Amino acid sequence: MEAADLEDLYQTVILDHSRRPRNFGEMPDATITVDGDNPTCGDEVHLHLRLAEDGKIEKVSFTGSGCSICMASASMMTQKIKEKSTAEADALLADFQGMITGSAPEPSPKSLGDLRLLSGVRKFPQRVKCATLAWHALKQALHAKPGAKTEDGLDLNHVSLSPSDPDL
Amino acid sequence: MLDVARPASSVNPPPRPAVDWAALRRDFPILDQKVHGHPLVYLDNAATSQKPRRVIDAIVHYYEHDNANVHRGIHELSNRATAAFEAARVRVAEFINAPSPNEIVFVNGTTEGINLVAATWGQKFLKAGDEILLLELEHHSNIVPWQMLAARIGAKLVYVPVNGDEGTVDLAKVDALLTPRVKLFVFPHISNTMGVVNPVKEFCARARAAGVTTLVDAAQSAGHCVIDVRDIGCDFLAFSGHKICGPTGIGVLYGRAELLDAMPPYQGGGEMIASVDFFSAKWNTIPHKFEAGTPHIAGAIGLHAAMDYIDAIGRDAIFAHDQELAVQAYRGLKSLGGARIFGPGEDRAGLVSFVLEDVHSHDVVTLADQKGVALRGGHHCNQPLHKKLGIKSSARASFYFYNTRGEVDRFLEVVAGIQAFFRRGSR
Repeated sequence: MEAADLEDLYQTVILDHSRRPRNFGEMPDATITVDGDNPTCGDEVHLHLRLAEDGKIEKVSFTGSGCSICMASASMMTQKIKEKSTAEADALLADFQGMITGSAPEPSPKSLGDLRLLSGVRKFPQRVKCATLAWHALKQALHAKPGAKTEDGLDLNHVSLSPSDPDL
Repeated sequence: MLDVARPASSVNPPPRPAVDWAALRRDFPILDQKVHGHPLVYLDNAATSQKPRRVIDAIVHYYEHDNANVHRGIHELSNRATAAFEAARVRVAEFINAPSPNEIVFVNGTTEGINLVAATWGQKFLKAGDEILLLELEHHSNIVPWQMLAARIGAKLVYVPVNGDEGTVDLAKVDALLTPRVKLFVFPHISNTMGVVNPVKEFCARARAAGVTTLVDAAQSAGHCVIDVRDIGCDFLAFSGHKICGPTGIGVLYGRAELLDAMPPYQGGGEMIASVDFFSAKWNTIPHKFEAGTPHIAGAIGLHAAMDYIDAIGRDAIFAHDQELAVQAYRGLKSLGGARIFGPGEDRAGLVSFVLEDVHSHDVVTLADQKGVALRGGHHCNQPLHKKLGIKSSARASFYFYNTRGEVDRFLEVVAGIQAFFRRGSR
């Protein structure tokens, strides 16, 4: 099983995105930035969004560093959510979650496009968090008020994954 | 409890016959299995070691024949459990050449041992403005307890810088930083990322001359080389059972009796008291003062069996064997090319951390795992050091006496395969 699974996990397109991530860079005019990190491995994804008044994602970019799965997932996600409404991005999020955790039936929705190449991750449970880090940041960005703090004073613009977190 | 006299000869055992390493391997039932269709090559020993049949049997025997609570019962089983538990303490004292078993506190691991010292000795004897000296090599478990203490009392952490990718420490830098403000100097015996063996005896001599208390993190060394706390000259030393072929959940804090006596208790409860009134209590004597509640009796018994097991092999022989494998891996990685290798060249303990060009360590570990090779990837609880090195994570192969030269060859073959795998489609 292993060779085919590995080929699934590390398809050429995924390796290409991890080597040359799309939409990679700072965004000085971002309306919100969410800093996502996975403390158990040190991976970081900083997601920058420029949201219109109606919540439409006008611009998106990311910075950070991580393994190939983490970087490729972030890169492909940014391509997919550009110019989407909050509702459309939420729908993508739900589809991606269903695919990556294996909770949704196969085949994965066509709406995910190239992101479907990441479906092999579900056979590697310890790597699911790599694939979902950018999406955790997106979820936070779409539903947190910029600069807001929680009651405990925690920064809402920060997502830190815990080993016991549910995946999205 | 009674001090038990031990023969002086236990410190320097006579030379032993050559070790039959292949035979030892058969003592470890877990090693005989396939992972993802390949023979398991377990190279994550710095995280935890595997357990020989003898240790597993000792724990099973205890639960099947002698299980009872310790120090409280009058009945036969309680007597047996107490005797076995205290015999383990005596054996630990011998294992590290501590002057007395009263200086051996059972804890759940190195981390708890360090936290105990921070919460008791540190809380009582350190004050605002005092400095705690550490190495940049420190594991999180020897950083965070001191950060927490420093935040409580207003003390300050000061780090001795290490030399780049080598991870070695210059004694001159230690001398320069051992100012009168320093009250405590903590350091790992062996670095879990760099594989550096620190000159702990020299560190302790300098600290002692400056009136500074010392704590040695022996998590990576206790099962791999001879530990002699009298020769090292440390005040505290902590290690974990599970890295030396023993069970998880049991560890040891050694502290000089004079220090332990002066320290307040750690946790309150049964066993740590001499007498209790409704509104006050008197503390038990050391080491029991620090052991509230029912201890990990089976763990101590398993640890006893583990110490007997590895000492029957000989820790000098184990160190030489682990080092030979690490050097083989180091040379092999160098000749593969495309790898940044950490640590002090060939003068190292039995582990090698590295990063491959253009391949993240998690991808290295996932691919190696698919070939049956168990590595560690990440920051190895050494995040500040990784930041200093300018990396987020590294991959690590760590060896123990049951690993073979053939397994190192397999590891190198798999790493070469990973490099080839990631090169595909890159042009």
